[in-house]
Amino acid sequence: MRLADLPLLTTLAWRNLWRHTRRTAVMVFALALGVWSMVTLASLVRGSMEQQITKEILNLTGHAQIHARAYPDDPAVAHRFRPAPALDQALRQSPIGAWSARVRVPAVVSSERESAGVMLVGIDPAGERGLSFIPQAVTAGRYLDSPDDPGLLLGRKLAEQLETALGRRVVLMSQDAGDQIADRGFRVVGIFDADPQAMETGYVFIGRGIAQRMLKIGAEVSEIAVMTPDRKRPQAAVAGLRAAAGDLDVAPWTEVQPLLVLTEKINNVVLLIWFAVVFAAMAFGLVNTLLMAVFERTREFGLFQALGMPPRYILGQVLIESLMLLVVGLVLGNAAAWATVASLKGGIDLSAFAEGLEMVGVSPVIYPALAGSDMAAANIIVMTLGVLASLYPAWRASRYVPVEAITRV
Amino acid sequence: MEHTVICRNVSKIYRQDAVSVQALTDINLEIPRLDFVCLSGPSGSGKSTLLNLIGGLDKPTSGEITVDGARVDLLDKGALAKLRLHRLGFVFQSYNLIPVLTARENVEFVMQLQGVRAVERSEKARDILKEVGLDGLEDRRPGELSGGQQQRVAVARAIVSQPSLVLADEPTANLDSKTAENLMQLLRHMNREHGVTFIFSTHDRLVMDFSRRLITLHDGRIVDDRKRE
Repeated sequence: MRLADLPLLTTLAWRNLWRHTRRTAVMVFALALGVWSMVTLASLVRGSMEQQITKEILNLTGHAQIHARAYPDDPAVAHRFRPAPALDQALRQSPIGAWSARVRVPAVVSSERESAGVMLVGIDPAGERGLSFIPQAVTAGRYLDSPDDPGLLLGRKLAEQLETALGRRVVLMSQDAGDQIADRGFRVVGIFDADPQAMETGYVFIGRGIAQRMLKIGAEVSEIAVMTPDRKRPQAAVAGLRAAAGDLDVAPWTEVQPLLVLTEKINNVVLLIWFAVVFAAMAFGLVNTLLMAVFERTREFGLFQALGMPPRYILGQVLIESLMLLVVGLVLGNAAAWATVASLKGGIDLSAFAEGLEMVGVSPVIYPALAGSDMAAANIIVMTLGVLASLYPAWRASRYVPVEAITRV
Repeated sequence: MEHTVICRNVSKIYRQDAVSVQALTDINLEIPRLDFVCLSGPSGSGKSTLLNLIGGLDKPTSGEITVDGARVDLLDKGALAKLRLHRLGFVFQSYNLIPVLTARENVEFVMQLQGVRAVERSEKARDILKEVGLDGLEDRRPGELSGGQQQRVAVARAIVSQPSLVLADEPTANLDSKTAENLMQLLRHMNREHGVTFIFSTHDRLVMDFSRRLITLHDGRIVDDRKRE
């Protein structure tokens, strides 16, 4: 096909498209609706997933973690380590962002009335900024001042369970480096809120220096949590840390939270299935519309051939018609999806189902996230498969025998 | 004498399931360049079939057809399309204009496929539409034109790219007698002024009177072939 003939075919295709305005409008609406549903649903799923991942990363996971080899299976005080100078140097180099060392061991916290099993987390309060949720989570009292701050941060729900309150004293009990019971009294200096609530009941925070002294572990720690510039690509940072970490285990968040990765993969598959289902529905409409248009214009296609138009031009004309339908539908669908996502910028409040959602790790407020990759995937799928689905009607149009087509009533 | 069309022993049989219909039998015909030939005969006599075969829209069951030196019975689809595009013009009974294009665009259509430059196309289309009496109606679509006007556009489209031969299948069948007469005068004018051979079919006596040669068909055979002046 000559490039110079494209304007002719384009003119014919565009005008033919609007010969039956209502039919074309219905098809464009169906295409737009399909694309809108693809992109909007993808942005909801993606937004929800992003929130889940961000939340898990801030809930003490980080983008990567460094532990003693045995710690992930048995997070006890025995599996601690002292960062070697090489590791310390690697942590201070790009592409590492924020990082902090923690003491993290099982413990029992007791008030005058109740006790509960928790994870004791000894932190460097300044180091946790930009690394975890805790600096922003204190809603009553104060955050810790330093690794040697003698205070303790307690989750709101745990405080209720222990029937204690801000300013009251609790006792923390754990196993020290010499396998002896170590205990110490703390004043509750801050109450924190967390999502999910299990974080409120499962963790207590104290200064790292205090924890090290209590457990008699000197300058040793249980883990180092690290933030990298891009959570989707922590590999470079992890490789650098692994080279410097010696015998230690350096794991990106994808290994620390495999369930989250699996959930993301399942979401991707669900989205693809949704894309396929929506497209299949659209494809039937598209093929039907084009076939009707082709059958109605049998005489015209015969005439085109009688006048000397090569069959491939007729094929091209029908494909251009389909392409135009698809483009108009895609533009409208994408615009509608963009507008929908923009109007839901403040989030979709699903707090009525908060309890159920928390069980599956979904926040009660979902903020849709319009991902370029999802938009591109939806558009490419619709465009590519749409053109492929149009090949049959186009081929039919190009196969008419001129004399039969012209004489058909 | 140079011939635009030569038919040798042309037969056409239509077969559908077990039924065969002999549409043309042993047609032998020579049509010289610049002739103005009328194919007449009752319905079913084979006029349209013969025109379709000459125009390469259909293939003969047997025999040879040469148009402007090319054996149309032997050409493949692509070559036939090229022949129709560059050497033939068609005028149909039901006008067969492209409804989404204006009169001017319909006339330009064939030239556009031929690769004629836009400026030249536009100029030629304007001139020919003026010549067929449609000055000022160039931008109307077929639905906005009368039957006679539409057929004039069809004539302009058939003639504008200077084909060797124009085939017109009952061009006046849908027109009143006055309009039909005007159209035939126009075809005669085109035949003389543009140097194009015309073959048209009709069973209208008035139309036959315009021809220089009248070929009568009956049951797929030529039963009469006479020159008229």
